[in-house]
Amino acid sequence: MITRRDLIKNAVTGIAGIALPLVSVKIINAAETLFPDRFEKPSVLWGFVVDTLKCVGCGLCVKACKEENEIPYNTPISRTWVERYIILKDGRVLIDSPDAARDGYTSQKVRDTVVNPENIAKAFFVPKLCNQCENPPCVQVCPVGATYKTPDGVILVDRTWCIGCGYCIQSCPYGVRFFHPVHKVAEKCTFCYHRITKGMKTACVEACPFGARQIGNLRDRNDPVAKIISTERVAVLKDAYGTKPQVYYIGLDENVR
Amino acid sequence: MKNYALRPLYVIICLVIVVLIIREVYVPKDFGVHGESYMYGWHRKGNEDEWKAFKVKYKFDNEYCKDCHSDKYDSIMQSPHAIIKCENCHGPAFDHPTDPPKLTIDKSRGLCIRCHASLPYPQASRSNIRGIDPDKHNAEIECSMCHNPHKPSLEGMK
Repeated sequence: MITRRDLIKNAVTGIAGIALPLVSVKIINAAETLFPDRFEKPSVLWGFVVDTLKCVGCGLCVKACKEENEIPYNTPISRTWVERYIILKDGRVLIDSPDAARDGYTSQKVRDTVVNPENIAKAFFVPKLCNQCENPPCVQVCPVGATYKTPDGVILVDRTWCIGCGYCIQSCPYGVRFFHPVHKVAEKCTFCYHRITKGMKTACVEACPFGARQIGNLRDRNDPVAKIISTERVAVLKDAYGTKPQVYYIGLDENVR
Repeated sequence: MKNYALRPLYVIICLVIVVLIIREVYVPKDFGVHGESYMYGWHRKGNEDEWKAFKVKYKFDNEYCKDCHSDKYDSIMQSPHAIIKCENCHGPAFDHPTDPPKLTIDKSRGLCIRCHASLPYPQASRSNIRGIDPDKHNAEIECSMCHNPHKPSLEGMK
């Protein structure tokens, strides 16, 4: 039997409890209180813009990258590469990247097949490199802590610590990782960490005669790259994966994967 | 409890202690969580500096080249090839003239046809570059036999 007094009492407490806004409760993060230095935002976050409209497929970026970063030159592996997309009028898509486009595109042949120019609906080049994801799957899967994200947002591999299990190579949705045949460890684009931390730009950015590649600091409002990303129409690769890439593309076609 | 029943436990405790001692010696002191989270920041801090110390090979600064090679610099700067960095054709030159004292010059056709092999792709800016068919356009000789890379216009023909 419920009395009138109980009903009113329960109703008032219930409404008061529901009305208490959640924002009035401050959740204290113990880690943030104990180690404040770990949560300070660094002043630099490296970001990259690729303008696919400017790329001519010369491959000078690939050549410079391989020489700068000591990637064995006469192997098909590379930290960066350029893909050619040929979309035919019948809807077929031809994609190739011979030797990672180290010697550029000099022939109309795609894998020994001659493509008749009259059948081409559209054709273009897309440079690729590590996206330096905000949520890098390759780092999550490393069982030994050999790969990590630096405070300025670059994913690196500790060559002395990597055991060469290859999980990270499998986990990258963009296929940017490979096995280094000399060091016998996982290898990837470092945004030329040795150059950008000395005030220089990456080898691929410098080597490109057409300005198709740019690198900059996304935490600096006046940085040209940050301005492009915040004011122009850019897209990232495989957005649905939730990796949050830091490499943005201008003029990205839906056929690019 | 009987002693023999506890023996496996002692062995396990000893093993754990041995593993902990090895871990203390083997794992570097700067190994830990550096950065925003355990998931992405668990690493050896010293490795960041190792990557920063990696050897730079390309200078990519045409102004540096100008100091000694001002004639070459001036000629290419007046041509459409001004957008190409010197080291793209002349090789890495970070420590030049100390190491190497003399740079190699890549005069191969392969270097020129990276851009100048004609490809019929109207959506790529490749089609804005004057191109040739490398198989038909004097296939047997180097481009630089006729064209001066520093003055590539037809008036600059050798």
